Amino acid sequence: MSKRVTKPTEDPLWLKLTLGAVALAFVAVVLVLPLVLVFKEALAGGVDAFFNAMTEPDTLASVKLSLLAAAIAVPLNTVFGIAAAWAIAKFDFRGKTFLVTLIDLPFSVSPVVAGLVYVLIFGNHGWFGSTLADHDIRILFALPGIVLATIFVTFPFVARELIPLMVDQGRDEEEAAATLGASGFRTFLMVTLPNIKWGLLYGILLCNARALGEFGAVSVLSGKIRGETNTMPLHIQLLYDNYDYVGAFAVAALLAMLGLLTLAIKSFLEWRYADELAASHRH
Amino acid sequence: MSLVVDSVSKKFARFPALNGASFSAPQGAFVSLLGPSGSGKTTLLRILGGLEVADSGTVRFADLNWLGMPARTRNAGFVFQQYALFKHMTVADNIAFGLKVRPRDKRPAKDEINKRVTDLLQLVQLPGLEGRYPSQLSGGQRQRVALARALAIEPRMLLLDEPFGALDAKVRKELRVDLRRIHDHTGVTTVFVTHDQEEAFAVADLVAVMKDGRIEQYGAPADVRRNPKTAFVSEFLGA
Repeated sequence: MSKRVTKPTEDPLWLKLTLGAVALAFVAVVLVLPLVLVFKEALAGGVDAFFNAMTEPDTLASVKLSLLAAAIAVPLNTVFGIAAAWAIAKFDFRGKTFLVTLIDLPFSVSPVVAGLVYVLIFGNHGWFGSTLADHDIRILFALPGIVLATIFVTFPFVARELIPLMVDQGRDEEEAAATLGASGFRTFLMVTLPNIKWGLLYGILLCNARALGEFGAVSVLSGKIRGETNTMPLHIQLLYDNYDYVGAFAVAALLAMLGLLTLAIKSFLEWRYADELAASHRH
Repeated sequence: MSLVVDSVSKKFARFPALNGASFSAPQGAFVSLLGPSGSGKTTLLRILGGLEVADSGTVRFADLNWLGMPARTRNAGFVFQQYALFKHMTVADNIAFGLKVRPRDKRPAKDEINKRVTDLLQLVQLPGLEGRYPSQLSGGQRQRVALARALAIEPRMLLLDEPFGALDAKVRKELRVDLRRIHDHTGVTTVFVTHDQEEAFAVADLVAVMKDGRIEQYGAPADVRRNPKTAFVSEFLGA
Protein backbone atom coordinates (compact mmCIF):
# COMPACT_ATOMS: atom_id res chain seq x y z
CA MET A 1 0.00 0.00 0.00
CA SER A 2 1.55 3.32 -1.03
CA LYS A 3 0.70 6.53 0.72
CA ARG A 4 0.48 9.72 -1.33
CA VAL A 5 3.33 12.05 -0.49
CA THR A 6 2.14 15.53 0.39
CA LYS A 7 3.97 18.81 0.55
CA PRO A 8 5.22 19.69 4.03
CA THR A 9 2.95 22.74 4.17
CA GLU A 10 -0.14 20.92 2.90
CA ASP A 11 -2.94 19.88 5.27
CA PRO A 12 -5.15 16.81 4.84
CA LEU A 13 -8.23 17.25 2.68
CA TRP A 14 -10.77 16.87 5.48
CA LEU A 15 -9.09 19.68 7.43
CA LYS A 16 -8.99 21.99 4.43
CA LEU A 17 -12.69 21.41 3.73
CA THR A 18 -13.73 21.88 7.35
CA LEU A 19 -11.76 25.09 7.83
CA GLY A 20 -13.00 26.42 4.50
CA ALA A 21 -16.60 25.65 5.37
CA VAL A 22 -16.31 27.30 8.79
CA ALA A 23 -14.83 30.45 7.25
CA LEU A 24 -17.51 30.60 4.54
CA ALA A 25 -20.33 30.03 7.03
CA PHE A 26 -18.96 32.79 9.26
CA VAL A 27 -18.76 35.28 6.39
CA ALA A 28 -22.24 34.32 5.21
CA VAL A 29 -23.90 34.65 8.62
CA VAL A 30 -22.05 37.70 9.91
CA LEU A 31 -21.51 39.77 6.76
CA VAL A 32 -23.63 38.72 3.81
CA LEU A 33 -26.88 37.68 5.46
CA PRO A 34 -27.50 40.95 7.36
CA LEU A 35 -26.80 42.97 4.22
CA VAL A 36 -29.24 40.89 2.17
CA LEU A 37 -31.86 41.16 4.90
CA VAL A 38 -31.59 44.97 4.96
CA PHE A 39 -32.48 45.12 1.28
CA LYS A 40 -35.19 42.46 1.66
CA GLU A 41 -36.87 44.39 4.51
CA ALA A 42 -36.58 47.66 2.59
CA LEU A 43 -38.50 46.13 -0.29
CA ALA A 44 -40.93 44.18 1.93
CA GLY A 45 -43.79 46.58 1.21
CA GLY A 46 -43.11 46.59 -2.52
CA VAL A 47 -41.11 48.92 -4.72
CA ASP A 48 -43.66 51.74 -4.47
CA ALA A 49 -43.55 51.79 -0.68
CA PHE A 50 -39.76 51.86 -0.88
CA PHE A 51 -39.73 54.90 -3.15
CA ASN A 52 -42.43 56.64 -1.12
CA ALA A 53 -40.34 56.18 1.99
CA MET A 54 -37.25 57.44 0.20
CA THR A 55 -38.85 60.60 -1.16
CA GLU A 56 -40.42 61.55 2.16
CA PRO A 57 -39.17 65.15 2.88
CA ASP A 58 -37.63 64.35 6.29
CA THR A 59 -35.76 61.43 4.79
CA LEU A 60 -34.46 63.53 1.93
CA ALA A 61 -33.39 66.20 4.41
CA SER A 62 -31.44 63.59 6.41
CA VAL A 63 -29.69 62.33 3.27
CA LYS A 64 -28.76 65.90 2.32
CA LEU A 65 -27.49 66.68 5.81
CA SER A 66 -25.32 63.54 5.95
CA LEU A 67 -23.81 64.26 2.54
CA LEU A 68 -23.18 67.89 3.50
CA ALA A 69 -21.50 66.97 6.80
CA ALA A 70 -19.28 64.45 5.00
CA ALA A 71 -18.52 66.99 2.26
CA ILE A 72 -17.14 69.36 4.90
CA ALA A 73 -15.53 66.88 7.28
CA VAL A 74 -13.77 64.64 4.74
CA PRO A 75 -11.75 67.37 2.93
CA LEU A 76 -10.76 68.90 6.27
CA ASN A 77 -9.63 65.53 7.62
CA THR A 78 -7.78 64.87 4.39
CA VAL A 79 -5.76 68.05 4.90
CA PHE A 80 -5.25 67.39 8.63
CA GLY A 81 -4.35 63.77 7.96
CA ILE A 82 -1.77 64.59 5.30
CA ALA A 83 -0.24 67.31 7.48
CA ALA A 84 -0.03 65.03 10.52
CA ALA A 85 1.37 62.07 8.57
CA TRP A 86 3.90 64.31 6.81
CA ALA A 87 5.15 65.79 10.07
CA ILE A 88 5.37 62.39 11.75
CA ALA A 89 6.99 60.49 8.89
CA LYS A 90 9.42 63.08 7.56
CA PHE A 91 10.58 65.02 10.62
CA ASP A 92 11.93 64.36 14.10
CA PHE A 93 10.62 66.45 16.96
CA ARG A 94 9.80 66.29 20.64
CA GLY A 95 6.44 64.80 21.50
CA LYS A 96 6.13 62.79 18.28
CA THR A 97 5.02 59.65 20.11
CA PHE A 98 2.45 61.69 21.97
CA LEU A 99 1.09 63.08 18.69
CA VAL A 100 0.76 59.56 17.27
CA THR A 101 -1.15 58.50 20.38
CA LEU A 102 -3.34 61.57 20.11
CA ILE A 103 -4.26 60.69 16.53
CA ASP A 104 -5.47 57.28 17.73
CA LEU A 105 -7.62 58.84 20.45
CA PRO A 106 -10.85 58.87 18.42
CA PHE A 107 -10.43 55.11 17.83
CA SER A 108 -10.18 54.38 21.53
CA VAL A 109 -12.63 56.86 23.00
CA SER A 110 -16.33 56.11 22.60
CA PRO A 111 -17.95 58.57 20.17
CA VAL A 112 -20.65 59.28 22.76
CA VAL A 113 -18.00 60.52 25.18
CA ALA A 114 -16.57 62.75 22.45
CA GLY A 115 -20.04 64.16 21.83
CA LEU A 116 -20.51 64.89 25.53
CA VAL A 117 -17.15 66.70 25.68
CA TYR A 118 -18.32 69.05 22.95
CA VAL A 119 -21.53 69.64 24.91
CA LEU A 120 -19.35 70.65 27.88
CA ILE A 121 -17.45 73.10 25.72
CA PHE A 122 -20.16 74.58 23.53
CA GLY A 123 -23.35 73.83 25.49
CA ASN A 124 -25.43 76.58 27.14
CA HIS A 125 -23.73 75.93 30.47
CA GLY A 126 -20.38 75.09 28.87
CA TRP A 127 -17.16 77.09 28.67
CA PHE A 128 -18.04 79.07 25.58
CA GLY A 129 -21.80 78.60 25.83
CA SER A 130 -22.78 82.11 26.94
CA THR A 131 -20.29 83.85 24.63
CA LEU A 132 -21.62 81.93 21.67
CA ALA A 133 -25.22 82.65 22.70
CA ASP A 134 -24.42 86.36 22.95
CA HIS A 135 -23.23 86.40 19.36
CA ASP A 136 -26.09 84.19 18.24
CA ILE A 137 -23.75 81.43 17.03
CA ARG A 138 -25.27 77.98 17.15
CA ILE A 139 -22.92 75.01 17.31
CA LEU A 140 -24.90 72.45 19.27
CA PHE A 141 -28.06 71.11 17.68
CA ALA A 142 -26.93 72.57 14.34
CA LEU A 143 -24.68 71.78 11.39
CA PRO A 144 -21.38 72.95 13.04
CA GLY A 145 -21.87 70.49 15.91
CA ILE A 146 -22.61 67.64 13.53
CA VAL A 147 -19.54 68.49 11.45
CA LEU A 148 -17.34 68.75 14.57
CA ALA A 149 -18.50 65.35 15.78
CA THR A 150 -17.88 63.83 12.35
CA ILE A 151 -14.40 65.34 12.14
CA PHE A 152 -13.49 64.01 15.57
CA VAL A 153 -14.62 60.49 14.86
CA THR A 154 -13.10 60.22 11.37
CA PHE A 155 -9.83 62.03 12.08
CA PRO A 156 -7.55 58.97 12.26
CA PHE A 157 -8.53 57.39 8.94
CA VAL A 158 -6.38 59.40 6.52
CA ALA A 159 -3.46 59.85 8.94
CA ARG A 160 -3.44 56.17 9.98
CA GLU A 161 -3.41 55.08 6.36
CA LEU A 162 -0.56 57.41 5.42
CA ILE A 163 1.83 57.20 8.39
CA PRO A 164 3.12 53.62 7.86
CA LEU A 165 3.29 54.22 4.10
CA MET A 166 5.30 57.42 4.45
CA VAL A 167 7.56 56.03 7.17
CA ASP A 168 8.26 53.06 4.92
CA GLN A 169 9.15 55.32 1.99
CA GLY A 170 11.69 57.18 4.10
CA ARG A 171 13.11 60.61 3.42
CA ASP A 172 15.59 59.84 0.64
CA GLU A 173 13.49 61.20 -2.20
CA GLU A 174 12.66 64.39 -0.29
CA GLU A 175 16.33 64.87 0.55
CA ALA A 176 17.27 64.33 -3.08
CA ALA A 177 14.70 66.93 -4.11
CA ALA A 178 16.12 69.43 -1.61
CA THR A 179 19.68 69.00 -2.88
CA LEU A 180 18.35 69.55 -6.41
CA GLY A 181 17.01 72.93 -5.32
CA ALA A 182 13.29 72.21 -4.85
CA SER A 183 11.38 74.16 -2.18
CA GLY A 184 9.51 72.31 0.55
CA PHE A 185 6.12 72.91 -1.05
CA ARG A 186 7.28 71.86 -4.53
CA THR A 187 8.87 68.74 -3.06
CA PHE A 188 5.58 67.92 -1.39
CA LEU A 189 3.59 68.39 -4.60
CA MET A 190 6.00 66.73 -7.01
CA VAL A 191 7.58 64.00 -4.88
CA THR A 192 5.69 63.22 -1.68
CA LEU A 193 2.10 63.45 -2.91
CA PRO A 194 2.49 61.22 -6.01
CA ASN A 195 4.11 58.58 -3.83
CA ILE A 196 1.18 58.42 -1.42
CA LYS A 197 -1.76 58.97 -3.76
CA TRP A 198 -3.14 55.43 -3.52
CA GLY A 199 -2.92 55.24 0.23
CA LEU A 200 -4.44 58.70 0.39
CA LEU A 201 -7.35 57.73 -1.84
CA TYR A 202 -8.02 54.64 0.25
CA GLY A 203 -7.91 56.70 3.43
CA ILE A 204 -10.33 59.25 1.99
CA LEU A 205 -12.78 56.55 0.92
CA LEU A 206 -12.73 54.92 4.37
CA CYS A 207 -13.03 58.32 6.03
CA ASN A 208 -16.02 59.14 3.85
CA ALA A 209 -17.76 55.83 4.55
CA ARG A 210 -17.27 56.32 8.28
CA ALA A 211 -18.39 59.97 8.12
CA LEU A 212 -21.68 59.00 6.50
CA GLY A 213 -22.28 56.24 9.03
CA GLU A 214 -21.32 58.07 12.23
CA PHE A 215 -23.97 57.68 14.91
CA GLY A 216 -22.77 58.07 18.50
CA ALA A 217 -21.11 61.47 18.67
CA VAL A 218 -23.54 63.03 16.21
CA SER A 219 -26.48 61.67 18.16
CA VAL A 220 -25.34 63.60 21.26
CA LEU A 221 -24.72 66.87 19.40
CA SER A 222 -27.42 67.02 16.76
CA GLY A 223 -30.52 67.35 18.94
CA LYS A 224 -32.27 65.05 16.47
CA ILE A 225 -34.66 67.64 15.12
CA ARG A 226 -36.60 65.81 12.45
CA GLY A 227 -36.00 67.20 8.98
CA GLU A 228 -33.39 69.64 10.30
CA THR A 229 -30.58 68.08 12.30
CA ASN A 230 -31.21 64.40 11.73
CA THR A 231 -28.50 62.65 9.75
CA MET A 232 -29.18 59.37 7.96
CA PRO A 233 -28.16 57.03 10.79
CA LEU A 234 -30.17 59.10 13.31
CA HIS A 235 -33.13 59.18 10.98
CA ILE A 236 -33.01 55.40 10.63
CA GLN A 237 -33.27 55.00 14.38
CA LEU A 238 -36.07 57.51 14.60
CA LEU A 239 -38.10 55.70 11.94
CA TYR A 240 -37.37 52.36 13.55
CA ASP A 241 -38.44 53.58 16.99
CA ASN A 242 -41.69 54.78 15.41
CA TYR A 243 -42.37 51.29 14.00
CA ASP A 244 -41.89 52.58 10.41
CA TYR A 245 -39.93 49.49 9.40
CA VAL A 246 -40.16 50.03 5.64
CA GLY A 247 -38.92 53.59 6.03
CA ALA A 248 -36.12 52.60 8.42
CA PHE A 249 -34.88 49.81 6.20
CA ALA A 250 -35.23 51.91 3.06
CA VAL A 251 -32.82 54.53 4.46
CA ALA A 252 -30.64 51.74 5.88
CA ALA A 253 -30.47 50.19 2.41
CA LEU A 254 -29.40 53.52 0.95
CA LEU A 255 -26.71 53.93 3.61
CA ALA A 256 -25.52 50.38 2.99
CA MET A 257 -25.42 51.10 -0.74
CA LEU A 258 -23.23 54.15 -0.21
CA GLY A 259 -20.85 51.93 1.75
CA LEU A 260 -20.85 49.28 -0.97
CA LEU A 261 -20.31 51.97 -3.58
CA THR A 262 -17.21 53.09 -1.67
CA LEU A 263 -15.83 49.56 -1.74
CA ALA A 264 -16.72 49.20 -5.43
CA ILE A 265 -14.86 52.41 -6.33
CA LYS A 266 -11.85 51.22 -4.37
CA SER A 267 -11.83 47.81 -6.07
CA PHE A 268 -12.31 49.38 -9.48
CA LEU A 269 -9.38 51.77 -8.98
CA GLU A 270 -7.19 48.94 -7.70
CA TRP A 271 -8.04 46.88 -10.79
CA ARG A 272 -7.70 49.77 -13.22
CA TYR A 273 -4.33 50.94 -11.91
CA ALA A 274 -2.92 47.57 -10.82
CA ASP A 275 0.28 48.06 -12.85
CA GLU A 276 1.04 51.43 -11.37
CA LEU A 277 0.31 50.14 -7.87
CA ALA A 278 2.69 47.23 -8.34
CA ALA A 279 5.36 49.54 -9.78
CA SER A 280 5.20 51.90 -6.83
CA HIS A 281 5.75 49.02 -4.40
CA ARG A 282 8.81 47.74 -6.22
CA HIS A 283 12.08 49.47 -5.58
CA MET B 1 38.43 78.83 -4.44
CA SER B 2 38.89 75.69 -2.42
CA LEU B 3 37.10 73.50 0.08
CA VAL B 4 38.15 74.05 3.70
CA VAL B 5 36.47 71.93 6.37
CA ASP B 6 37.41 73.19 9.83
CA SER B 7 36.75 71.23 13.08
CA VAL B 8 33.23 70.14 12.22
CA SER B 9 31.45 68.36 15.08
CA LYS B 10 28.06 66.75 15.34
CA LYS B 11 26.45 64.90 18.20
CA PHE B 12 23.45 62.64 17.78
CA ALA B 13 21.13 61.85 20.67
CA ARG B 14 23.51 59.45 22.39
CA PHE B 15 26.87 59.37 20.65
CA PRO B 16 29.15 61.88 18.97
CA ALA B 17 29.19 61.26 15.22
CA LEU B 18 31.83 63.84 14.34
CA ASN B 19 34.56 65.02 16.64
CA GLY B 20 36.24 68.00 15.03
CA ALA B 21 36.87 66.78 11.50
CA SER B 22 39.11 69.03 9.38
CA PHE B 23 40.55 68.79 5.89
CA SER B 24 41.00 70.99 2.86
CA ALA B 25 41.10 70.29 -0.84
CA PRO B 26 41.69 72.38 -3.96
CA GLN B 27 38.83 73.23 -6.28
CA GLY B 28 38.09 70.33 -8.62
CA ALA B 29 39.67 67.68 -6.38
CA PHE B 30 38.29 64.18 -5.93
CA VAL B 31 38.31 63.36 -2.20
CA SER B 32 37.45 59.96 -0.69
CA LEU B 33 36.25 59.70 2.89
CA LEU B 34 37.27 56.19 3.93
CA GLY B 35 36.54 54.45 7.19
CA PRO B 36 34.67 51.67 8.98
CA SER B 37 30.95 52.07 9.70
CA GLY B 38 30.34 54.50 12.54
CA SER B 39 33.45 56.54 11.73
CA GLY B 40 31.35 59.59 10.82
CA LYS B 41 32.08 59.70 7.09
CA THR B 42 28.44 59.72 6.01
CA THR B 43 27.57 62.34 8.64
CA LEU B 44 30.33 64.60 7.33
CA LEU B 45 29.09 64.14 3.76
CA ARG B 46 25.49 64.89 4.76
CA ILE B 47 26.66 68.03 6.53
CA LEU B 48 28.43 69.10 3.33
CA GLY B 49 25.18 68.45 1.44
CA GLY B 50 23.06 70.38 3.93
CA LEU B 51 21.08 67.29 4.96
CA GLU B 52 22.42 67.43 8.53
CA VAL B 53 23.28 70.47 10.59
CA ALA B 54 26.69 70.61 12.28
CA ASP B 55 26.83 71.52 15.99
CA SER B 56 30.07 73.45 15.53
CA GLY B 57 32.84 74.07 13.02
CA THR B 58 32.91 75.84 9.68
CA VAL B 59 33.14 74.96 6.04
CA ARG B 60 34.28 77.44 3.42
CA PHE B 61 33.87 76.57 -0.22
CA ALA B 62 34.39 78.86 -3.19
CA ASP B 63 34.52 81.78 -0.71
CA LEU B 64 31.09 80.95 0.63
CA ASN B 65 30.09 80.32 4.24
CA TRP B 66 28.92 76.88 3.14
CA LEU B 67 27.23 75.76 6.37
CA GLY B 68 25.25 78.98 6.54
CA MET B 69 23.38 78.10 3.34
CA PRO B 70 20.34 75.80 3.16
CA ALA B 71 20.68 72.60 1.10
CA ARG B 72 18.42 74.07 -1.56
CA THR B 73 20.76 76.93 -2.46
CA ARG B 74 24.10 75.10 -2.16
CA ASN B 75 23.71 73.55 -5.57
CA ALA B 76 25.51 70.42 -4.42
CA GLY B 77 24.57 67.24 -6.30
CA PHE B 78 24.00 64.34 -3.93
CA VAL B 79 24.03 60.64 -4.87
CA PHE B 80 22.51 58.24 -2.34
CA GLN B 81 23.39 54.61 -1.68
CA GLN B 82 19.80 53.54 -2.33
CA TYR B 83 19.54 55.74 -5.46
CA ALA B 84 16.56 57.78 -4.14
CA LEU B 85 15.22 58.15 -7.67
CA PHE B 86 11.68 59.51 -7.97
CA LYS B 87 9.82 56.24 -8.50
CA HIS B 88 6.82 57.73 -10.26
CA MET B 89 8.88 59.72 -12.81
CA THR B 90 10.56 58.56 -15.99
CA VAL B 91 14.33 58.64 -16.30
CA ALA B 92 14.09 61.87 -18.28
CA ASP B 93 11.85 63.53 -15.67
CA ASN B 94 14.18 62.41 -12.90
CA ILE B 95 17.19 63.96 -14.59
CA ALA B 96 15.30 67.14 -15.50
CA PHE B 97 13.85 67.60 -11.99
CA GLY B 98 16.51 69.98 -10.72
CA LEU B 99 16.10 72.17 -13.80
CA LYS B 100 12.31 72.15 -13.79
CA VAL B 101 12.04 73.29 -10.17
CA ARG B 102 14.13 76.39 -10.79
CA PRO B 103 12.39 79.75 -10.62
CA ARG B 104 11.00 80.78 -13.99
CA ASP B 105 13.75 83.28 -14.83
CA LYS B 106 16.51 80.73 -14.25
CA ARG B 107 14.75 77.77 -15.82
CA PRO B 108 16.11 76.62 -19.18
CA ALA B 109 13.68 76.30 -22.10
CA LYS B 110 12.05 72.93 -22.72
CA ASP B 111 14.22 72.07 -25.73
CA GLU B 112 17.30 72.94 -23.79
CA ILE B 113 16.25 70.71 -20.89
CA ASN B 114 15.58 67.84 -23.29
CA LYS B 115 18.95 68.30 -24.90
CA ARG B 116 20.64 68.35 -21.49
CA VAL B 117 18.89 65.10 -20.57
CA THR B 118 20.04 63.43 -23.80
CA ASP B 119 23.61 64.63 -23.29
CA LEU B 120 23.70 63.46 -19.68
CA LEU B 121 22.37 60.03 -20.58
CA GLN B 122 25.14 59.86 -23.15
CA LEU B 123 27.67 60.86 -20.49
CA VAL B 124 26.55 58.11 -18.08
CA GLN B 125 26.32 55.68 -20.99
CA LEU B 126 22.60 55.03 -20.93
CA PRO B 127 21.52 56.60 -24.21
CA GLY B 128 17.87 56.12 -25.21
CA LEU B 129 16.48 55.22 -21.78
CA GLU B 130 14.58 58.51 -21.33
CA GLY B 131 11.14 56.89 -21.16
CA ARG B 132 11.89 54.09 -18.70
CA TYR B 133 10.80 54.10 -15.06
CA PRO B 134 13.33 53.41 -12.28
CA SER B 135 11.64 50.06 -11.52
CA GLN B 136 12.53 48.91 -15.05
CA LEU B 137 16.27 49.48 -14.54
CA SER B 138 19.03 47.40 -12.94
CA GLY B 139 20.82 48.69 -9.84
CA GLY B 140 23.82 49.90 -11.81
CA GLN B 141 21.60 51.68 -14.33
CA ARG B 142 19.65 53.37 -11.52
CA GLN B 143 22.83 54.72 -9.97
CA ARG B 144 23.92 56.04 -13.37
CA VAL B 145 20.59 57.86 -13.66
CA ALA B 146 21.01 59.23 -10.13
CA LEU B 147 24.46 60.49 -11.11
CA ALA B 148 23.05 62.14 -14.23
CA ARG B 149 20.32 63.77 -12.12
CA ALA B 150 22.90 65.17 -9.71
CA LEU B 151 25.02 66.48 -12.61
CA ALA B 152 22.06 68.06 -14.40
CA ILE B 153 22.04 71.06 -12.06
CA GLU B 154 25.69 71.75 -12.94
CA PRO B 155 26.60 71.33 -9.28
CA ARG B 156 29.27 73.29 -7.48
CA MET B 157 30.12 70.12 -5.59
CA LEU B 158 29.28 66.46 -6.13
CA LEU B 159 28.66 64.33 -3.03
CA LEU B 160 28.37 60.55 -3.19
CA ASP B 161 27.31 58.44 -0.21
CA GLU B 162 28.53 54.85 -0.72
CA PRO B 163 27.06 55.07 -4.21
CA PHE B 164 28.14 51.59 -5.25
CA GLY B 165 27.49 49.87 -1.92
CA ALA B 166 24.41 48.02 -3.14
CA LEU B 167 25.98 46.76 -6.38
CA ASP B 168 27.95 43.64 -7.22
CA ALA B 169 31.73 43.70 -7.63
CA LYS B 170 31.82 43.78 -11.42
CA VAL B 171 29.33 46.66 -11.73
CA ARG B 172 31.13 48.55 -8.94
CA LYS B 173 34.36 48.49 -10.87
CA GLU B 174 32.77 49.66 -14.12
CA LEU B 175 30.96 52.47 -12.36
CA ARG B 176 33.96 53.76 -10.49
CA VAL B 177 35.98 53.94 -13.70
CA ASP B 178 33.12 55.85 -15.29
CA LEU B 179 32.79 58.12 -12.27
CA ARG B 180 36.44 59.10 -12.50
CA ARG B 181 36.10 59.68 -16.26
CA ILE B 182 33.05 61.90 -15.66
CA HIS B 183 34.87 63.78 -12.91
CA ASP B 184 37.79 64.50 -15.23
CA HIS B 185 35.30 65.63 -17.88
CA THR B 186 33.26 67.97 -15.64
CA GLY B 187 35.96 69.02 -13.17
CA VAL B 188 33.47 69.33 -10.33
CA THR B 189 34.81 69.11 -6.77
CA THR B 190 33.80 65.64 -5.60
CA VAL B 191 33.56 64.04 -2.15
CA PHE B 192 33.03 60.30 -2.16
CA VAL B 193 32.20 58.17 0.87
CA THR B 194 33.15 54.50 0.96
CA HIS B 195 34.25 51.79 3.37
CA ASP B 196 36.04 49.95 0.56
CA GLN B 197 39.71 51.01 0.59
CA GLU B 198 40.45 49.57 -2.85
CA GLU B 199 37.68 51.75 -4.26
CA ALA B 200 38.84 54.83 -2.34
CA PHE B 201 42.45 54.52 -3.46
CA ALA B 202 41.60 53.68 -7.06
CA VAL B 203 39.33 56.64 -7.69
CA ALA B 204 40.46 59.60 -5.55
CA ASP B 205 43.16 62.29 -5.64
CA LEU B 206 43.03 62.61 -1.86
CA VAL B 207 41.98 60.10 0.77
CA ALA B 208 40.82 60.90 4.30
CA VAL B 209 40.89 57.87 6.59
CA MET B 210 38.32 58.38 9.36
CA LYS B 211 37.87 56.86 12.79
CA ASP B 212 35.53 57.82 15.65
CA GLY B 213 34.45 61.09 14.05
CA ARG B 214 38.00 62.29 13.35
CA ILE B 215 40.25 62.24 10.35
CA GLU B 216 43.16 59.95 11.24
CA GLN B 217 45.19 60.59 8.15
CA TYR B 218 44.74 62.67 5.04
CA GLY B 219 46.79 62.74 1.87
CA ALA B 220 47.38 61.38 -1.60
CA PRO B 221 46.56 57.66 -1.88
CA ALA B 222 50.17 56.64 -2.48
CA ASP B 223 51.44 58.60 0.57
CA VAL B 224 48.79 57.23 2.89
CA ARG B 225 49.49 53.71 1.74
CA ARG B 226 53.26 54.09 2.02
CA ASN B 227 53.35 55.90 5.38
CA PRO B 228 50.40 55.02 7.59
CA LYS B 229 50.66 57.51 10.46
CA THR B 230 48.79 55.60 13.14
CA ALA B 231 48.34 52.00 14.15
CA PHE B 232 44.66 52.23 13.19
CA VAL B 233 45.41 53.36 9.63
CA SER B 234 48.01 50.68 9.06
CA GLU B 235 45.71 48.02 10.49
CA PHE B 236 42.70 49.26 8.53
CA LEU B 237 44.65 49.36 5.27
CA GLY B 238 46.27 46.01 5.98
CA ALA B 239 42.97 44.27 6.56
